[in-house]
Amino acid sequence: MATMNMIQAINSAMDVMLARDENVVIFGEDVGYFGGVFRATAGLQQKHGRTRVFDTPICEAGIIATAIGMGVYGLRPVAEIQFADYILPAFDQLVSEASRLRYRSGGEFWAPITVRTPCGGGIFGGQTHSQSPESIFTHVSGLKTVMPSNPYDAKGLLISAIEEDDPVIFLEPKRIYNGPFDGHHDRPLTSWAKYPQSEVPDGYYKIPLGKAAVVREGSAATILTYGTMVHVSLAAVAESGLDVEVIDLRSLFPVDVEAIAASVKKTGRCVIVHEASRTSGLGAELMALVQENCFHHLEAPVQRVTGWDTPYPHAFEWQYFPGPDRVRAALAKVMES
Amino acid sequence: MDKSTPKHAQGPLSLHIPEPTARPGDAPDFSKLTIPPAGSQARPAADTPAAQLRDCAYDLVRVLDESGNAVGPWNPRLSPDRLRKGLRDMLLTRVFDERMIRAQRQGKTSFYIKCTGEEAVSVAQAYALDPKDMLFPTYRQQGLLVARDWPLVDLMCQIYNNTGDRLKGRQLPIMYSVRDVGFFSISGNLGTQFPQAVGWAMASAYKHDTRIAAAWVGDGTTAEGDFHHALTFAAVYRAPVVLNVVNNQWAISSYQGFAGGDETTFAARAVGYGLPGLRVDGNDFLAVYAVTQWAAQRARDNHGPTLIELFTYRAAAHSTSDDPSKYRPENEAEKWPLGDPIARLKQHLIRIGEWSEEQHAALTTELEEHVKTAQKEAESKGTLGTQPASPSTMFEDVFKDMPWHLRKQRQEAGY
Repeated sequence: MATMNMIQAINSAMDVMLARDENVVIFGEDVGYFGGVFRATAGLQQKHGRTRVFDTPICEAGIIATAIGMGVYGLRPVAEIQFADYILPAFDQLVSEASRLRYRSGGEFWAPITVRTPCGGGIFGGQTHSQSPESIFTHVSGLKTVMPSNPYDAKGLLISAIEEDDPVIFLEPKRIYNGPFDGHHDRPLTSWAKYPQSEVPDGYYKIPLGKAAVVREGSAATILTYGTMVHVSLAAVAESGLDVEVIDLRSLFPVDVEAIAASVKKTGRCVIVHEASRTSGLGAELMALVQENCFHHLEAPVQRVTGWDTPYPHAFEWQYFPGPDRVRAALAKVMES
Repeated sequence: MDKSTPKHAQGPLSLHIPEPTARPGDAPDFSKLTIPPAGSQARPAADTPAAQLRDCAYDLVRVLDESGNAVGPWNPRLSPDRLRKGLRDMLLTRVFDERMIRAQRQGKTSFYIKCTGEEAVSVAQAYALDPKDMLFPTYRQQGLLVARDWPLVDLMCQIYNNTGDRLKGRQLPIMYSVRDVGFFSISGNLGTQFPQAVGWAMASAYKHDTRIAAAWVGDGTTAEGDFHHALTFAAVYRAPVVLNVVNNQWAISSYQGFAGGDETTFAARAVGYGLPGLRVDGNDFLAVYAVTQWAAQRARDNHGPTLIELFTYRAAAHSTSDDPSKYRPENEAEKWPLGDPIARLKQHLIRIGEWSEEQHAALTTELEEHVKTAQKEAESKGTLGTQPASPSTMFEDVFKDMPWHLRKQRQEAGY
């Protein structure tokens, strides 16, 4: 057991898998010698060799396409896209190829690839270093989309993703790489070391894909959220004084519908919180699932707290980012009726 | 001097829109093509550095001359048996195409694509590669499967989406996938398989395997970003891959000038990436074989990738949904200066005393019967409109294991 921040946990997951399976290879822009712009792959090339952890040309479509080809051969490629904002050049390869390969070939070929990419805002990243593109992947049949919210989950989920025979989009909220961020940007950041989720086993362990975690039990309402917003939601709940259940979805799709339904049926009220912009965001799908599965248990309209339907602005970081105040307001509203 | 006047003004700017030399109603015009005599191209060693191979990208490797003699240093000296099998496989591919076009016209399937005139590309290239090498084809390399002796019944079942369709009715006809003979699943998205082949080749090199990859695109698809990505990655990692551009002059209705072919050759694209680019007479079975073998050898010896431009002509319509008489002269294929690949190999075999008109006629009849028999068998398992399998299989293979939402949707659909 060691104390790790999220970067160290992600690094450890890859280190463990490199040692465990010679078919695991890791590549992306600046991931090799340099160890990644966020240090996620630091030391891995030195330890495991240049053919297992290496740098690539600046070409996201090429990174994903070659990963698919390697996966077809029988490797387990872990590809990094430096920022989720830059995954779009690879969209054709992910949507038209990786996600459909097993289906279109009648199960003859598949792409067991993991695509790691830092996502999310709250870092003054502006338009192209802050986006949360999860819903464009959850909409694609054949892809699994995952987002951890703490070091322990990050390692366990990443090991599961690497061992998964289906393509996995592994979104890493960069705002919480070093410590949980609760949205109070005016307060100093606390490091992961002060939180139990930073206690991470050194070796191999997995957290199953498709399973949510109840991070705070409660009875008054349910918050469905993931990534950085787990911490924002927990802060908002604490400040509200309400006994709210907070669910960290972890796997965004296929999503843990049983956990969602069990909680909302219990509380009768639901708030959905994500950074991504609202329209056609994952929140819309979650709302539909709640409506379909819990209609007779609902005591109030479901609320959504999300980014606005605008590109992510630079100067208006904290007006855009859905902070604890907005979550608290939604909780108050959902408790009204 | 008037400061507002540009220094080199030749009048106002004008936008250049490429235009083919002949349109419907015009006489075909291939006068701009430079066709060097067969046998006139040097055959460099397969380990020659790319920088010394630049001229190959602008030349045209040819072995069979106008009289059907095999000449020059690229003559691969294949045995008569091998040549006869090559002729057979090309002819079988053509007969198969003809039958399937007819099946489409009869409403037995929705769609088909022929490779008429390009049979040497796939058949000769398949011969020059090892049977275990991995192929990343487009939809116009059905000859690869014929050359690898894959049963036509299986292909027809896919075309008919019938109960014998291994792809369970999910794919458009001709988008085959045959893992058993190393034929990668065809995608409708052009060019995507080109960099995937590079990745496969990188994996083979990573594992110290001896197998190489080969991939195909058409001239039109070279304009896709994936073409650039493939060449960049192939060059950077010296991937053991043979990258083929089948320049058949046409991308549906767009002539190759719209992919930049009027400005330079497609083989010459390789020069900028530091790869060898070889241009070959795509209707010359022997030349295609020789150049592919050269590139395969180079890849297998760890000298990295090669780009091959196979210079040919798309003699048929783009697909059953296309009518080429709307955009090119109707008899253009007949005037194509490099002729027909089957006719040329046949002429060569007769010339060397290993074939005759009688044998050719007999073979043609035999292959037509063979295809008819296969077709009967395939049609006994249904044609378009008969269900390939239970529609419940529609929900399978999206993921390795079926998640809850697909199980639920399957139930909702009534299966």
